Amino acid sequence: MSGVSAERLASIFVEVADTLVDEFDLLDFLHMLTDRARSLVDAAAAGLMLADERGRLDFMAGSDENVRLIELFQLQNDQGPCLEAYRTGQPVINIDLASAAGRWPRFAPRASEAGFRSVHAFPLRLRSQVIGALNIFGSTTGGDFSAADVPIMQALADVATIGLMQERAIRRSEALTEQLQGALNSRIIIEQAKGALAQVQDIGVDEAFRRIRAYARNHNRRLTEVAELVVTDLASLPGLTRP
Amino acid sequence: MQRICLATVEALSASGSGISVMTADGMRGVCATSDPVSERVEELQFILGEGPCIDAFAARRPILTADLSDGAGFRWPVYTPAARDAGVRAVFAFPLQVGAARLGVMDVFRDRVGPLTGTELQLAFTFAELTVEALLNLQQGDISAGDGAMALDFGRRAELFQAQGMVMVQLGVSIGEALVRIRAYAFAENRRLEDVARDIVQRRLRLDG
Repeated sequence: MSGVSAERLASIFVEVADTLVDEFDLLDFLHMLTDRARSLVDAAAAGLMLADERGRLDFMAGSDENVRLIELFQLQNDQGPCLEAYRTGQPVINIDLASAAGRWPRFAPRASEAGFRSVHAFPLRLRSQVIGALNIFGSTTGGDFSAADVPIMQALADVATIGLMQERAIRRSEALTEQLQGALNSRIIIEQAKGALAQVQDIGVDEAFRRIRAYARNHNRRLTEVAELVVTDLASLPGLTRP
Repeated sequence: MQRICLATVEALSASGSGISVMTADGMRGVCATSDPVSERVEELQFILGEGPCIDAFAARRPILTADLSDGAGFRWPVYTPAARDAGVRAVFAFPLQVGAARLGVMDVFRDRVGPLTGTELQLAFTFAELTVEALLNLQQGDISAGDGAMALDFGRRAELFQAQGMVMVQLGVSIGEALVRIRAYAFAENRRLEDVARDIVQRRLRLDG
């Protein structure tokens, strides 16, 4: 992170705080957050889990969404850095995966197999409430984060959480639940869309996701909206079917 | 279905509940309710063309209205006074859906103002999931009533949803139909849904072959 300019850092913080927009979309916001978090520390991948009403952690967004990475998030309802950060409210920093098999017997070997060397997690918290965790995977051993980087990344997570809670608080307390449940269902739509496009174009689901996301970005449309059209009306996205 | 409505009322200390079946192309109807008053309130939304259930279906997310006198009159100017006349003070609408596959909405009515507690919300989501299971079972002829718990447990696995998208394209059917076909296949072959989905995603199995 030492290589990041103050201007860049400031603009990322403003972007993450800007949730009071008319057409706020939770999933798009979380995708943006994981992208920024990953690039800040030049990590291999970043992803984010939010807790639902049942206290279960659900994978919501990743800087990358390959099958192996998603699996690593699905494991984390049993064990892993996200679960620890969520439960303790404290960051989990610079854990060397090669020596973490005792701490996370299932998670650590799978993460190593996926090509990662280190792992970190930051709670998404506002005062005493923890709503999820931001997970960062490094491909170098240990040192993605210097001592100075940790408070900056935690501050980013904090600002994002304040933004999210604010976005909901200005309306009603129920808005939090409504939005989270809506986003959980949007996650399912994204998976259905990956499968549909993979079948249509005879490609893998990872490649399907890359194409859906690239299409959404290039056409300045929401990921959720594009994914839904892939499932319900693929013909309306000619640019996606004729690359 | 009515058993689910009655159990929902009991568990959420509600005054009534209803399940409506709806489709994206506008077909809709009341499927079951806990009592005659709830049936009337449930039908009201379709007659008037507005209400929490219609909004929850359109937005694909729950619409939780803890107090019908607090702003709801602007959102649903005709529905709100009519529902209040029927004694309803709070309405909680939960979409019945699996991603892009939309089956309908479950409404929970209360004769008093106030939000659902965290525990009540958890229960409500569980009842909504059970209703989705029950509706899918109905569509495949009610043959696999026993595997509901397993399907719920696996409910959030990415592979199952990816397989649904693939089968939709393979068979040229809607996403909702694809869900039913995968479940029917798993049942007929006596295999776990999870394993069938994995075979589909890894291209070892096609349902059109």
